[in-house]
Amino acid sequence: MVENPNNIEINPGDFAPLDKQAGPDKEKIAAPSLTFGQDVWRRLKANKTAFVSFIVLLLLFLMAFGGQALYHHDPNAQAPKYANLPPKIPGVNIHGLNGHITQSGQDVDAYKQAGASSSVHYVLGTDYLGRDLLARIMYGTRISLEIALIATLIDLTIGVGLGILSGWKGGRVDIFIQRIIEILSSIPSLVVMVLMATAFTKTGMASIIAALALINWTTMARLTRAQTLQLKNQDFILAARTLGESAPKIAWKHLLPNLSSVIIIQTMFTIPNAIFFEAFLSYIGIGISSPQASLGTLISDGQKNFQFLPYQMWYPAAVLIILMLAFNLLGDGLRDAFDPKSKR
Amino acid sequence: MRKYLLKRILYLFLTLFIVATATFFLMKLMPGTPLQNEAKLTASEKASILAQYGLDKPVWLQYITYIVGIFHGSLGLSFQFSDQAVSYLIGSRMGPSMQLGAQALVVGVIFGIILGAIGAIKKDTWADRLATILSILGIAVPSFVLAILFQYYVGLKLGWFPVAGWSGFAYTVLPTLALAASPLAETARFIRTDMVDVLSSDYIELAKAKGLSKFGIVYHHALRNSLIPMVTLIGPLAAALMTGSMVVENIFSVPGIGEQFVKSILVNDYPTIMGVTIFYSALLCVLLLLTDIVYGIIDPRIRLSGNGD
Repeated sequence: MVENPNNIEINPGDFAPLDKQAGPDKEKIAAPSLTFGQDVWRRLKANKTAFVSFIVLLLLFLMAFGGQALYHHDPNAQAPKYANLPPKIPGVNIHGLNGHITQSGQDVDAYKQAGASSSVHYVLGTDYLGRDLLARIMYGTRISLEIALIATLIDLTIGVGLGILSGWKGGRVDIFIQRIIEILSSIPSLVVMVLMATAFTKTGMASIIAALALINWTTMARLTRAQTLQLKNQDFILAARTLGESAPKIAWKHLLPNLSSVIIIQTMFTIPNAIFFEAFLSYIGIGISSPQASLGTLISDGQKNFQFLPYQMWYPAAVLIILMLAFNLLGDGLRDAFDPKSKR
Repeated sequence: MRKYLLKRILYLFLTLFIVATATFFLMKLMPGTPLQNEAKLTASEKASILAQYGLDKPVWLQYITYIVGIFHGSLGLSFQFSDQAVSYLIGSRMGPSMQLGAQALVVGVIFGIILGAIGAIKKDTWADRLATILSILGIAVPSFVLAILFQYYVGLKLGWFPVAGWSGFAYTVLPTLALAASPLAETARFIRTDMVDVLSSDYIELAKAKGLSKFGIVYHHALRNSLIPMVTLIGPLAAALMTGSMVVENIFSVPGIGEQFVKSILVNDYPTIMGVTIFYSALLCVLLLLTDIVYGIIDPRIRLSGNGD
């Protein structure tokens, strides 16, 4: 007989049959089922860097598009009397933000020197024409973002459209589109932009947008084509075809949703690229011209006085860098969020 | 292989032809002539200047002359510097640009590989995070901002290197660093992603099992295999360097092609703009072709074939 080491006595009465209805259901899914979008959003929130970037971008967009409603200063109003005043925030007494500058080793109140009354203050200072720098940065950011967003939207449309067409149709259409892409992508993008920008200087914003759109669609087209080729042979597409769905409808209802992650990720990298090239063109003097301003022109203006009034370049440059950083980090985060398989 | 090469070379010429044609007609749309002080010139003087540039002929003849000229290595005469051939202008300014480009590439790629490798080996540690932040900053900070900051803080404030100019190695340091940032960042990102993959593959496990030192594994097995796909970065890096050189050379007054290009754009020197455009495109096309050939040679898994994809 086996010894019972703990002297546990077990009686048949200790056991009761489980109620089949009330018992825990192993098949039951406890968490609410998530749509693809919700899933991505949850993963994005878990990625701190990407989430912070997202918030920063939201704030920058608010500042660029809504800032002027709160901060009533005309970005183009000149006040030569108050030219080149350093930043001054009332009540803050930190050098660099209190309206003082160091002139030949001495701390001078630049506002007193300019004969400004004590009520005059510019939060981020003024530029060489006495224009409010904060207002100009908000305005410049808006122009930069507008250009980048419109250009990206255009090359999204062209790129995705031609990419799907190329992958879906195959044959001659495919070869033709692929050759165009091949030729376009072996021309340095900068050269195309410079040419477009010089050739259509009069139109300013429109020519930059056209140049950006012309160059950037090729990557998008290549990616969507590759994806379309994969999807095309899958059963759900075959089913849709067998049921007699028309090609445009298949593209819209079946291909596009499956392409969305690739498109969104690529867009996140196209936008900062567009912002960079716009700033670049404006910086060398063939992009946006006055009275319009973009981050590039602000940096280029600020650079002239950099030795004495570094804030004039630092602030617009900082906005540009933060924009680029945030878009890149968000793009990285989205790439991980959309692709659960990627191990990082 | 030979068929593929022939095809690629054919496309190369087609591309350059399209670039030349597009540039030519875009520039023809623009106002502006090589005439200086137009009001003071007599009609016959004007005519002789226009004839010197071949602008008295009809546009189609100018176009044919231009295209035929390219095959003879002639890119026309500069508007800005009268009597100077564009090809001579480019040739005389190639030295500094090439030197800067090569130095920036070497610095960028070497430090990029180190940074990327550290990121991959020390994955998810503070070292990895630091390397990632550095490489993202390299992408986010535009070269012109970086160049200005270097020039002011390192050149002027610290006085370590000359602020601008071109006479000796010391003058190349700051522009090289400003230019190197973007290749460095690109390389680091690329190497990190690639090496994370390589480090989890079976032969690395085998090397570990054999008891190889960590350095031996990284140097002999991981790094070498991660470097192969880097060849594909040559094209994008070269393009990035061209872009960067335009502003960096300008900021540091380096007598290179990029600086000339910006100047020509600002003074509407069309023949020079066209010449540099074609030169840049040719350079990139040749680099892309070489990339494909080299890639096929060092990685036998890649087969160059004649059928499109």
